Amino acid sequence: MNRDTLIEAKNLSVRYPLGRSMFGAKAFLNAVDNVSLSIRKGSFFGLVGESGSGKTTLGRALLKAAPISEGEVTYHDGEKGFDLNGLKGAALKDYRKRAQLIFQDPYAALSPRMTVRDIIAEPLEVMGITRNRAETDARVREIAAKCRLNLEHLRRFPHAFSGGQRQRISIARALVSGPRFIVADESVAALDVSIQADVLNLLKQIQKDMGIGFLFISHDLSVVAHVCDEVAVLYLGQIVETAPTRQLFARPRHPYTSALLSAIPALDPDAPKTAEKLEGEIPSPANPPPGCKFHTRCRFARAECKTTVPALREIAPGHRAACHFAEEFDFTRSAAASA
Amino acid sequence: MPLISVRDLAIRFRTDEGLITAVEDVSFDIAPGEVLGLVGESGSGKSVTAKSLMRLNGDNTVYGDTSKITLDAGNGPIDVLALRRERDMEQVRGGSVSMIFQEPMASFAPAITVGEQMVEQLLIHTDMTKAQAKAHAIDMLARVGIPAPDKRFDQFAFEFSGGMRQRAMIAMALSTSPKLLIADEPTTALDVTIQAQVIDLMKDLVTEFGMGILFITHDLGVIAQTADRVAVMYLGRIVETGTVRQVIRDPRHPYTRGLIDALPKLEDLDAPLTPVPGDIPSPLNRPAGCVFHTRCGIARAGHCNRVVPEMRSTGEGHAVACHYAPGLPAAEEPA
Repeated sequence: MNRDTLIEAKNLSVRYPLGRSMFGAKAFLNAVDNVSLSIRKGSFFGLVGESGSGKTTLGRALLKAAPISEGEVTYHDGEKGFDLNGLKGAALKDYRKRAQLIFQDPYAALSPRMTVRDIIAEPLEVMGITRNRAETDARVREIAAKCRLNLEHLRRFPHAFSGGQRQRISIARALVSGPRFIVADESVAALDVSIQADVLNLLKQIQKDMGIGFLFISHDLSVVAHVCDEVAVLYLGQIVETAPTRQLFARPRHPYTSALLSAIPALDPDAPKTAEKLEGEIPSPANPPPGCKFHTRCRFARAECKTTVPALREIAPGHRAACHFAEEFDFTRSAAASA
Repeated sequence: MPLISVRDLAIRFRTDEGLITAVEDVSFDIAPGEVLGLVGESGSGKSVTAKSLMRLNGDNTVYGDTSKITLDAGNGPIDVLALRRERDMEQVRGGSVSMIFQEPMASFAPAITVGEQMVEQLLIHTDMTKAQAKAHAIDMLARVGIPAPDKRFDQFAFEFSGGMRQRAMIAMALSTSPKLLIADEPTTALDVTIQAQVIDLMKDLVTEFGMGILFITHDLGVIAQTADRVAVMYLGRIVETGTVRQVIRDPRHPYTRGLIDALPKLEDLDAPLTPVPGDIPSPLNRPAGCVFHTRCGIARAGHCNRVVPEMRSTGEGHAVACHYAPGLPAAEEPA
């Protein structure tokens, strides 16, 4: 593991049993299928894909909140290291302090019966991080200030807050145990545009000031383009492309990435119409197509795509793609129209 | 003659905490074949406005005394707010006006097949026989691009995927050939790839059926790709209206400007994301004067917090409700 690496997954799979098939063989749903990725310390790593692509499951697996069926996940923040396979007991509790989650819906994530102070303080008490009330209060106040919540806010209940303020409370709660790694799962999807920018700026500020590494899960490519250093595109549980953000958006090497980009509605009413739209929908992960999983919707697909699985390989430095024609075709022509 | 004309619409709700104003002083027209985009954030009154066109707001709704909604679908004008009996309201529900909702799963009855639901409304609103209605429903499912429509006809909504459900809802909404279609965030719950398909489908259908559409969304990109004209709502008021090009290229209201600046743009990754400062105030606590002054960068004390700005024209069809809109003479401050 590289010294800069915060968390690394090698050939990670998460499988859920689907019951037995007709002949008694066990059937599985591969929610995450043989994924390898590494997130650098203090960096913003974006994970994009359609619903059902396995984004959330992958995020949970890195937090040891979804079962790891195969592969390895290792974490090292410079002080402590963990091997997530077989992690349990005291070590798992220790990992929980260092790896946290921010949820999508700030209305569902906060208990309506607790004051904001208690919500933020709860992890400290449960994890036994602080020794007495004074220490807890001091820590809560420090983190609340970072998230631009004042003392008056701490006394109130969540119902008194708007969506953006609630998300800041959720962020404060995630930060209070002093994590080095945070999974932000669609953390701005439920917010209005005018507020969304505020929460994104806060997350970036936290990344910079506290050096926390983020896995930023989102279906919104324009948000990912703005905040992430690196991006991985997930399709049916597999990474189809990953690269530094600018490189990925400037020159996608997988037709799926290119199609996702061209599907974003342009703000210019006279923007030239993109050549071709993606047909159909994401196939069921319980019954994925053979060969390249994307071939059923790919306009470049040829005979070999239906039978042979394309390897995820390096196309340019730091830029990996899983398409038989990644080196050969230029998929950007359709994407350029919308960018 | 516009298809629908809304004048001075005010909507208040009776609640335990008193009368709450949801919409105030809203006026707009939609012509046949025209798509009006209604943009705004949560709490801006978009959906409440849309529902009033079909009288779908609850029993605790109080409409303003001078509010008027006139629907002219070809059989003479109907004064929508004057309708009293449930039976009379059928004229504006599902017949000449149809609605598509954000959450397609919540819009289909779960225990009745999709086909049965489509046939039911055709029997109510048209003279078709059951057999004709079934044939027409299957034809509509095919038109919106659902494969094997005759099989899908007998399935339940939960057997459809998300995109397919949204298509089925569009097919159902269009099967009675409405003159006005209200689409309330029809693509918000969908993935971008499916959203692009649904937008294309809706555009084709406007051309084909020539109906007027009220398209409600919070996504300015979706508006730019679908609407002819736009009305921007904030806290129950229209703050700016104009053609889609006028409003998006030359926004005059500080709120519209703020919305556009807050959007992450793919073509400029270095641009900072600028949030609109503050939060949308609670409808229980509506600001006096201009509703936006609490978050506005150019508001002036003593004026904006006291006087409600009038809608002023900035050019052909483009109007803005701001005392200090750029390009317009500043409104006179009160003494």
